[in-house]
Amino acid sequence: MPRSFHLVPALALAGVIASTLAFGQAAGPGTLTLAMPIEPPNLDPTTGAAAAIREVTYRNIYEGLTRIDRSGAVQPALAKSWTLSDDGLTYRFTLESDVTFHDGSPLTSADVKFSLDRARAPDSTNAQKQLFEPIAEVATPDAQTVVITLKRPTGLFLWNLGWGDAVIFSEKSAATNKTNPIGTGAFKFAAWTRGDRVVLEKNPAYRAAAQVKLDKVIFRFIGDAQAQAAALKAGEVDAMPNLGAPELFEDFQKDPRFKTVAGSTEGEIVAGFNNARKPLDDARVRRALTQAVDRKALVDAAYNGIGQPIGSHFSPGQPGYIDLTSVLPYDPKAAKAALATAGYPNGFSLTLRVPQMTYARRSAEVMAAMFQDIGVTLTLEPIEFPGQWLDQVFKRTDYDMTIVAHTEPLDIGIYARDAYYFNYQNAAMKAIMAEVNATADTPQRLALLGKAQKQLAEDAPALFLFLLPKLGVWNAKLKGLWDNQPIPANDVVEVSWH
Amino acid sequence: MLRPLLSRLGTALATLILGSLVLFTLLEVLPGDPAAVMLGLEAQPDTLAAVRRELGLDGPAAARYLGWIWGMLHGDFGLSYTYRVPVAELIADRLSLTLPLALLAIALSTLIALPLGTLAAAKHGRAADTGVMIFAQLGVAVPNFWIGLLLILGFALTWPLFPVGSFPGWGQGLLPGLHALLLPALALALPQAAILTRVARAAVLEVLSEDYIRTARAKGLSDQRVLVRHALRAALVPIVTILGLQFSFLVAGAILVENIFALPGLGRLLYQAMNQRDLIVVKDVAMLLAAVVITVNLLVDLAYLWLDPRLRRAG
Repeated sequence: MPRSFHLVPALALAGVIASTLAFGQAAGPGTLTLAMPIEPPNLDPTTGAAAAIREVTYRNIYEGLTRIDRSGAVQPALAKSWTLSDDGLTYRFTLESDVTFHDGSPLTSADVKFSLDRARAPDSTNAQKQLFEPIAEVATPDAQTVVITLKRPTGLFLWNLGWGDAVIFSEKSAATNKTNPIGTGAFKFAAWTRGDRVVLEKNPAYRAAAQVKLDKVIFRFIGDAQAQAAALKAGEVDAMPNLGAPELFEDFQKDPRFKTVAGSTEGEIVAGFNNARKPLDDARVRRALTQAVDRKALVDAAYNGIGQPIGSHFSPGQPGYIDLTSVLPYDPKAAKAALATAGYPNGFSLTLRVPQMTYARRSAEVMAAMFQDIGVTLTLEPIEFPGQWLDQVFKRTDYDMTIVAHTEPLDIGIYARDAYYFNYQNAAMKAIMAEVNATADTPQRLALLGKAQKQLAEDAPALFLFLLPKLGVWNAKLKGLWDNQPIPANDVVEVSWH
Repeated sequence: MLRPLLSRLGTALATLILGSLVLFTLLEVLPGDPAAVMLGLEAQPDTLAAVRRELGLDGPAAARYLGWIWGMLHGDFGLSYTYRVPVAELIADRLSLTLPLALLAIALSTLIALPLGTLAAAKHGRAADTGVMIFAQLGVAVPNFWIGLLLILGFALTWPLFPVGSFPGWGQGLLPGLHALLLPALALALPQAAILTRVARAAVLEVLSEDYIRTARAKGLSDQRVLVRHALRAALVPIVTILGLQFSFLVAGAILVENIFALPGLGRLLYQAMNQRDLIVVKDVAMLLAAVVITVNLLVDLAYLWLDPRLRRAG
């Protein structure tokens, strides 16, 4: 036998020796290792839309005047209190005292003015510039007071200030926050190994430092769903707030070492119609197509039965939600009859541009089968998301149907826009949304949002399928992680081990 | 000697320039505006324009092409659109993982393939040969990401000997680094080893039928000595050639394997950059890979020139 054959046992031996080295699972009691599927492109939430930026930085590193809590409600943050003038136009905020940025400089009203003016400037690259559009002026009567005057009453203004896009920067660090974030939050940025992890450390100067239990937070970026599950099982990762693969979720539900929570997100999975194209410009056709889809069966097939069917573009986690899944219930016979009335007794053919995401692919296949029952042939055409999709569907609206999750919170206003990829034009919807925006009174605003939901459910500008669930899996000894995701965030300020 | 040398150098340079042009043009026509990807589903037209200006995407194509090449010649690979750090830094970081991973994979596949291939050739037609060939057939058929999953299941979850995918960094020492890279290297190496085993077997079989082997046997050398001293040595030439050719498969395989094992390597960087339309990173990494392949080919060519005097006179 040639000498080289001895290498096989030698290699095995080397493996055994290597394995005796302590590895993984070494995190101390004050450390939390949390895995996310996507790495943030940078750490500045005011210059990019990527949810991953917020999932690392929101409240942990940066804070805004207000914040949105785990239940989706607006809470004080850097502003400890505020008043609103009777005409609904002037907000007067009082800032928390003794707040410092991570570089040691104190927070003053000038920082707030700088941040908001920067966000609404003509050359601003803020992805949600429209949130700041209602601001007419930001004044700073003293270091602890900020007065914001609006052009018109804006019902969602305090909510808007709680977005990741509205966090407060210091002028000194604004240009470098992408790579070296300086905020006022409970955790300071410590290190970033690109492609692998971002490490945060507890900020001892935080105003409520005593309540923060974690010393260190490691955000690991693991794209592959199998790799995520393996890292959790091996104990190398403590929490996966948003597991990528529903079929792996069941496995964790049976394992007592883990806590599993199927929470809600703001991600409405919507099969968009191109309302400018025949025959989809006919509401009767859109309604018929909606009636052809059994949403419950679709969720079972596409997402292992986890995920709540929706009848309009609104998350069940939001205040003001109404269940409208029964407005156009599953009824293929009625759908076929409606198509005949609309002039299509023999059905027609449509093309559906399907992005590569699992939920999209599977939902599309189920929909194609269900459409077949009413004589509509759906051709599935794969399209790459985001690049190709943004170009072809979003920008040039070159499509019949598509399918994508809309993850921005409270984004029902897109149906009132002049140029949005659905090409939906409806004066009634525009009037309702204008009224919503001008109403600061909460019950009244929620009633109007209900009206908007009904309008969409009945007019069916898109086929509303189900809400993308947040499949949280974490070590059973952890507490304080968010069950739901009212905005993109992994707020770990209140997380602790027990 | 000089003319063929210059001609090969010239060809390599022309290939490099042509490659850069094709790459630039392809990325120009690729759908997907980096600014739109950054700003998401709520993007407003004026914000898009502002971001495009910031990224330097609004000049004429020729100027941007020349700027890119000029920068690279000066070692300036530009700023990544998404990360906003120098691309050269990103690439250097990732190479410190991918290069050792690739070398480990090549070493492992050679260590597996040479003995197996030689064994199969020596036992030609017998059970051992059949066994090895079945292994080789399996190895060719099974993709490396699937092997990666099996390895994780076996050696990281069921029998937790290895981490499932976290690279501690070389700062932690050589041993923890190698420990973390062994499973992914094995996943990369096995399909290659399968191909290499077949090549080694064929090469050794061919050598074994040569006259000088018969001479060696006639001199009374043992079978083992004949195999190792004579047959294997002669068979190394085609084996090394195949190893060189496998380099590109290694890169493609590394993209998948690095994703399965959550390793921050060059393959994963390229994959992420494609998804995020970080076109400058895509351009730079692809150009770098092209340059490496072209250089390897050039070196092989030059080595042949040096080895085989007949080639010097031709061309």
